[in-house]
Parts: sequence; structure tokens; C-alpha cells
Amino acid sequence: MTATPLEAAPLDVAAVRADFPILTRTVRDGKPLVYFDSGATSQRPRQVLAAERAYVETSNSAVHRGAHQLAEEATDAFEDARERVAKFVGVDAGEVVFTKNATEGINLVAYSMSNAATAGEEAKRFRVGEGDEIVITEMEHHANLVPWQQLCRRTGATLRWFGVTDDGRLDLSDIDSLINERTKVVAFTHQSNVLGTVNDPAPLVERARKVGALTVLDACQSVPHAPVNLRELGVDFAVFSGHKMLGPSGVGVLYGRRELLEAMPPFLTGGSMIELVTMERSTFAPPPQKFEAGVPMTSQAIGLGAAIDYLRAVGMSAVAEHEKQLTEAALTALGEIDGVRIIGPTTTESRGGAVSFVVDGVHPHDVGQVMDSMGVAVRVGHHCAWPLHRRLGIPASVRASFYLYNSVHEIDALVAGVREAQRFFGVV
Amino acid sequence: MDLEAMYQEIILDHYKNPHGRGLREPYDGESYQINPTCGDELQLRVKLDGDRIADVSHTGQGCSISQASVSVLTDLVVDRPVDDALAKLDAFVELMQGRGKVEPDEDVLEDGVAFAGVAKYPARVKCALLGWMAFKAALVQAGVEKAREGAEIS
Ligand SMILES: Cc1ncc(COP(=O)(O)O)c(C=O)c1O
Repeated sequence: MTATPLEAAPLDVAAVRADFPILTRTVRDGKPLVYFDSGATSQRPRQVLAAERAYVETSNSAVHRGAHQLAEEATDAFEDARERVAKFVGVDAGEVVFTKNATEGINLVAYSMSNAATAGEEAKRFRVGEGDEIVITEMEHHANLVPWQQLCRRTGATLRWFGVTDDGRLDLSDIDSLINERTKVVAFTHQSNVLGTVNDPAPLVERARKVGALTVLDACQSVPHAPVNLRELGVDFAVFSGHKMLGPSGVGVLYGRRELLEAMPPFLTGGSMIELVTMERSTFAPPPQKFEAGVPMTSQAIGLGAAIDYLRAVGMSAVAEHEKQLTEAALTALGEIDGVRIIGPTTTESRGGAVSFVVDGVHPHDVGQVMDSMGVAVRVGHHCAWPLHRRLGIPASVRASFYLYNSVHEIDALVAGVREAQRFFGVV
Repeated sequence: MDLEAMYQEIILDHYKNPHGRGLREPYDGESYQINPTCGDELQLRVKLDGDRIADVSHTGQGCSISQASVSVLTDLVVDRPVDDALAKLDAFVELMQGRGKVEPDEDVLEDGVAFAGVAKYPARVKCALLGWMAFKAALVQAGVEKAREGAEIS
């Protein structure tokens, strides 16, 4: 793979697959693995492991501490990874905070907002309390729901949310009343991990700005799968996880607009995030260090940098186009099976590559078990979006989620799995 | 993988025709259990008659394994002394937590032996135990102190 982004070239699935050793293994007594669970976590190419390994074998040491050569190399490698992440999503390196995962990134913002209550004047705009409102949506992953519920608990603020239409789109009809002068935060997902729905941030960002509310974008399912420029989207904060974009687990990203990160009080405190420490008090380093207390995950961040190189080489437009084909094929094939109901949009319009469905008469767990017996790895359950499932009137669903290494003929295995589940449980 | 090994005919039969279904009055203890990983829910009631289990009734929604398991439970414990029921509970939990290495005693578990295959799949053990967890909690609520002891279900 070359390092230049070849946005126009279509994706060569065979070449991509050759970089992912795990895809050649078999499961459940010799069945070839069909991996349709990238929405939960993606697989990693050799290049990512190689980058981590090279770092560990040559430069491993504590970043931002010490003046020896290894410390210098480690710090450079870590900061270089930050640069790559920043460039990938169109922001500055100083606006990229490394976290454990997206969940931690959202908690970081929510806890920093709690901490604003006792911080100085500069943190005023982050304070929330009784009478304030936080707005989310009914299609959020628990990661972008529970931290806001808890923030409301701690501060007395009120949680409100946008509903979801029957066809799996955000219902923005009450946007002007939902986002109002009392609103402090508007947190929403860019792409639903269940429905595949892609939400246009523009109307939400525009309305939030008008009332002076902060926007937090859950980009967990968008940044890995399509070109995303966070600066252009105009959101104040955004999060995503390395492990969903070919990178290692243990590293995630919080983006925050520079002036916000400068004014926001820290969440975790301790070493590496300070400027001056006395026995009585401390001052803090400028962002992003202010939000990175302790020795950070290093080989993971470097692995994420390599994952981004890999994605750029393939080209994010090519990735998105490839996934569109997979999604189209899955929607069509599943749509032709009697007794299968797709949850979410049934066309590829503003829709990504997560296809969730229910099979009449067969519980999702049982569908998943039959698929697993055939080597097809899908996710079953509520996919950490319980309120969304409740809204749709279903306890759980089956989700097939795609990535650049899936081939269109693998969709046949998905269809065969559904049909076999129907046959086995005697509903056809 | 052999699907039939997990979904034994007995399990599918109980799933399609569950025993004890529907909540009944009166009852002495009740429990509501959820499986947070998949959202399955189960509400179960126990009626005692002295030291006997007079009735077990339940409602909820879940996969074939969880539904069949609570149906089998109903057969195993209703009209039996509480002590027998607790012994069966312990035996079933031991079977399910045995990773497929525990040889079930058919005299104790009857149809419950069909779940031996499920024990090999850690992700499904929770499903099989959901009803038994509810039963144990309902007994405790009904004042059966002994139900607090014995197998730890998690
Ligand atoms: C939309 C969405 N938001 C948030 C998360 C949380 O990501 P993580 O568990 O890596 O923090 C996920 C993934 O599980 C997700 O799909």
C-alpha cells in the first residue's frame, strides 16, 4: 500500500484482506470466519501490530518524562500519532486528547463540566445546575446517554431528548423547543451503531450555537467508515475509539475546540498534566496535556497512527463506497426474506454499514447462535442502545456491521444464516 | 459446531410449549430478572404450601434457552419439597457452570440434562440460568432463608 490517498481508486478487497491474518482463520469446526461485527470492534492489519512492535522493541519509554534518547523518541512517536489523528479529522494536534476509548472521552467532558462548579471564572460556560438542560437523542449508545444522565443527577440539570421516527431517523420537528436558552449541551451520534442512520450535524449545530449550547458528537461509527472533517462540521467536541478503526483497544480520541479545552477544567489530575505544583495548590499544563494525567497509552496511540495511515492509503471515500455496496447488497438480500424486518432505513441514503434486523418467531440470540455455528459473527442483543430498542418495540436485534475487509459475497453467508435459523426453529 | 447438541429436542419442545407460563395469584415471593447483555426479561412468582412448592408462574420474553429453562424449572420444582427444589437448583447451576465437564444426574435434573450442551457456550449460560436466578430470589422473598445459601449465581 502506498501512503498517498488514492480517493478515486476502488477498494481491492483481496489485497486488503491479505493484511488481516485473522480473516483466514476458521471457527466452529472448520468454518471460514465471516466477520460482521466491526461495529463492536474492528480487526487489525499487520501494519498496526508492526508499528506497535517496532515502538516497543526500539523506543519504549515514558512519554513526556525524562530527557534520555528513548524518552525523546517515545515522545516524538506519541506526538506524531496525535498529528496523524488530528489531520485525519481535519483539526489541530493541540485539540486532540488521547483517552482510553470514546466512553472515557464523553465522561471526561461530563465530569469536567461538574468540576466547573468549583473552578474559576474562565470555566463559567461549562457550569450546569438546576434549570439547565442537556439534550441527547433516543438513538444514542449508552456511552452517550448514561454519562449525561449522571451529570444531570450530580448537578440537578434536566435531561431531554430527540425522538426517533418509525423508519429510524431523528425526529427534529421539535428542535426549536428542545434546544432552547436553558440548553447547555447537545450530544448526539453521527451514525447510529444500530440503525446505521447518519445524522446531519448541521441543523443541531446551528441551533445549539444560537442558544449558546455546546455540541458533543459521538463519531464512533462515522470516523472509521467515511471521510469526516470535524472542523467543517463545526461541533465543539467529538469522540471516537481506536479499536473501531483498525487500531488497538485502549486508545480513543476526544476532540475539543482549542479555546474550549483551554477553558475547561481537568477531569483526571496527577502527573503529566501539571504546570507547577506546590504543597498547597497546582496549576495545569495547556491542553491537550491538561487532560492526559499519568503515563498515557503509548504503543496503542502509535498503533492508531498506523491504522490511520492504512485507512488513508486505501482512501476513506473508497472505504465508504465499498461499505455502501455491502450495505446495499445486505438490505436487498435481507429485504427479500419473508419474516425479516430491517430496523432502520432500508435504503443507503444517509445510512452507514450497520444493518440490524429481527426475524419473526426466532429470538435474536438464537439467530446469532445459528449464524455462529456457520462461522458468521454478528452481534445480538440491544447493542448498548436499550432505549432505542424499547422505542422500536423490540427487546433485541441481530446486527451485521461491515468494514473495508468484507466482501460482497460474504453477504450470501449472512442470508444463508438467516434462512437456516428460520428452518431450524421451524418458522418457515 | 453441532447445533443439535445445544438445541436438544427437549429444549425446543419446552420453548414452543412452555410450562407454567402466565403470572398467577396468590403468591408468596416474586422476582424480576433481566439479562443486561441482551435485554431478556423474566418475572417469576412462587407459591408455597408449607415446605412444598405449590406453584411457579412466570412471564417475560427471551431466547429459546431462557424460555425452555424456566419451563423445565417449573416441571422440576412444582409439587416438590423446598429442600428438593433447592438441591435441583444447585445441581442445575453446577451443570451450567461446569463448562461442559459436569456429568448431569438425570434422576435429579430430568429434562434439565438437555442443557448440558448449553454449558459449553459461556455466552448462553446466563440465558439458561435466568429463570433459576429468579426462582432463588423469589424463594428468598417468600421467606425461605435456606435459599440464600448454596450456589452463587452470577
Ligand atoms: C455509537 C457508539 N458510541 C460509543 C461507543 C463506545 O465506544 P467504546 O466502547 O470504545 O468507548 C460505541 C461502541 O461501542 C458506539 O458504537
